[in-house]
Amino acid sequence: MIHHRVVLLGPQRLQPTLNKAVAAARVSGPLAAITAGWEERESEDQEMRDHLGGHTINLRVYDRAEDVMRRDPELNAAIRERQDRLRVQHDLYRVRLAHAMAAARELLHREQTDGYSEMLNAEREAAIEAVRTLDGFHLMKVVDVHHEFEDRLRPLERSIVEHHRREMAHILNDCGALCVAGGHVVALLHRMRLFDVLGLVEHKPIFAWSAGAMALGERVVLFHDNPPQGTGNAELFEEGLSAYSGVLPLPHARHRLHLHDRTRVALMARRFAPAQVVAFDALTRMEWNGSSWHGDKGTLRLTEGGVMTQAGAA
Amino acid sequence: MKGLAHEIERSATMGAAAVAALIEGKQFPVVEGRTVTFVFRGDVDEVRLRHWIHGLPQAQPFHNVPHSDLWFLAIDVPEGSRMEYKLEIVKRDEHRLIQDPLNPNVALDPYGANSVVYTAGYAVPDWSLHDNDARPGEIRDHEIKSAAFGETRRIQVYLPARYRPTRRYPLLVMHDGEDYVRYAALKPILDNLIHRLEIPSMIVALIQSRDRLNEYADDARHAKFLAEDLVPQLESHFPLVGKPSARGLAGASFGAVASLAAAWRYQGFFGNLLLQSGSFAFTDIGKHDRGAVFDPVVRFVNAFRRQPGHPAEHMFLSCGVYESLIYYNRSLVPFLQKAGLDVRYVEANDGHNWENWRDRLREGLSWLYPGPLWMVYE
Repeated sequence: MIHHRVVLLGPQRLQPTLNKAVAAARVSGPLAAITAGWEERESEDQEMRDHLGGHTINLRVYDRAEDVMRRDPELNAAIRERQDRLRVQHDLYRVRLAHAMAAARELLHREQTDGYSEMLNAEREAAIEAVRTLDGFHLMKVVDVHHEFEDRLRPLERSIVEHHRREMAHILNDCGALCVAGGHVVALLHRMRLFDVLGLVEHKPIFAWSAGAMALGERVVLFHDNPPQGTGNAELFEEGLSAYSGVLPLPHARHRLHLHDRTRVALMARRFAPAQVVAFDALTRMEWNGSSWHGDKGTLRLTEGGVMTQAGAA
Repeated sequence: MKGLAHEIERSATMGAAAVAALIEGKQFPVVEGRTVTFVFRGDVDEVRLRHWIHGLPQAQPFHNVPHSDLWFLAIDVPEGSRMEYKLEIVKRDEHRLIQDPLNPNVALDPYGANSVVYTAGYAVPDWSLHDNDARPGEIRDHEIKSAAFGETRRIQVYLPARYRPTRRYPLLVMHDGEDYVRYAALKPILDNLIHRLEIPSMIVALIQSRDRLNEYADDARHAKFLAEDLVPQLESHFPLVGKPSARGLAGASFGAVASLAAAWRYQGFFGNLLLQSGSFAFTDIGKHDRGAVFDPVVRFVNAFRRQPGHPAEHMFLSCGVYESLIYYNRSLVPFLQKAGLDVRYVEANDGHNWENWRDRLREGLSWLYPGPLWMVYE
């Protein structure tokens, strides 16, 4: 469901800007908060409340999901089974991805030879297209797993889920906006999806950062260029909640990515085009009005040429 | 001879003033590619470089610039190396070991400090330095009533930032843990790796022994202390996962022997071993030549090699290539793999010292205890 107003922010822990963003949006009424990405620390939101200085109501999405797991054993077992299937699917994807990414990187690194640049460029295009095709295939398989689960279990029609949805709808009815914090992106995404929280938000503005911004997009991409183990290939995890389109947010990009490495930057931009691949570091901000984007000055996107440039309309 | 050393030799023919001008303003030792040039100034009879690089002469004499108090030595050291050393100064038959007065870089250890030189390509890892953004954990004192040793032992326990009793944490027990804190920057490393999500929030027990050469050398009491006193008491006091996959032992040198020996005696209890520069001396034939303190170690490693069993699921081994122990560690790796163990082995251009062990902690800890790096974006 595409929303008409979504504001994506940089990480909030050290340099919070949420209060300014909320004030600029002239939100009236309390702010509903989702901190399910913090998992068992979900309720430790005092710092955020102090920062906002106003009335904030935590929807307790993580806690509600735990309650569902406890009280609906059939759904709980099915969720675990779905997790196992998704894990296997992802492991299989990762095997193919390693080879496809290695080929694309090698070709992008290869020097142009006089008179043969067209041949090299054609191979580069094909290598990147192979990665995109693989991503698409993986996404389709993951969607199949989710659809099979939803068709079989119909989670939104189960009594305990309905109960929690009614409570959240009641809270949201009195709120002027929703904010979605970061944390564990999969814990957050799956719990928001379990309750179809966005279906309850109607057209209220949404503010999101870090994993919150990732979960609300069309596709969730996990990334780190320099992990202590492994190859550092960004991985398409699954579909997001699609509250907005056209931007792929990369939180903590300066820390997690080699933004000076033109090959890596170019590959990331080309792989996920036509979305704008945007670095969300501290103090960055982009706003979606339902049809187009506006990026604050200094909010940068990765380009197909391998450099960083101002993010903006799309 | 090449580089600065060659220049010094040439300048020497032009007099002491020319040599002084040449070395003026330089920080020593000077590193030029693989060549490291040491300089000493003083009215002495001899100067020697003392280091602990296995395979090289351990005392290398400096050359004196004629009619001057200047001494120098150029040696070949591979790039990406850390080399700890002292200078041996000889005057009127009196020998003194000193830190290099021209080198501000020192590495601390329980016996004092050594001078240290870094060759091209080596940098102190940023994840070992204090980071203001990383929430700090806390180190608390704790007591363990030990039936194995018949006494109460004081240990320290690292608790991660945002520690909460309602969570469940993995456990790592570090031999010589207080030394790891003092000399291998363990506290900022844990803070940083947890902050960077490269390892999970975890609890680390820091144990010390007053008699480590005996207790760490496959002493049955020590293994019993770990498995029957320490871990059960920690698991009843702290919120620990309490499964083999979330329990580990770590140590360097004899601490590595103690870790492997305890895991071997209590198979299935510890899932992870981090073994740094293990003193894993063994004999295929004849007697060893490492002194009596190694007798129980050699007996243990020989027995282990005869019947390795399955001491842990995952083992991370590291060793410096300048250590005499490199032979034993390299020998152990294919043997462990053949025994069906999941082994990660890394080497470094470094010696048997705490900063070598510090520099390998990120790779070892994050392999044994992978953090939620890919999933968490705060």
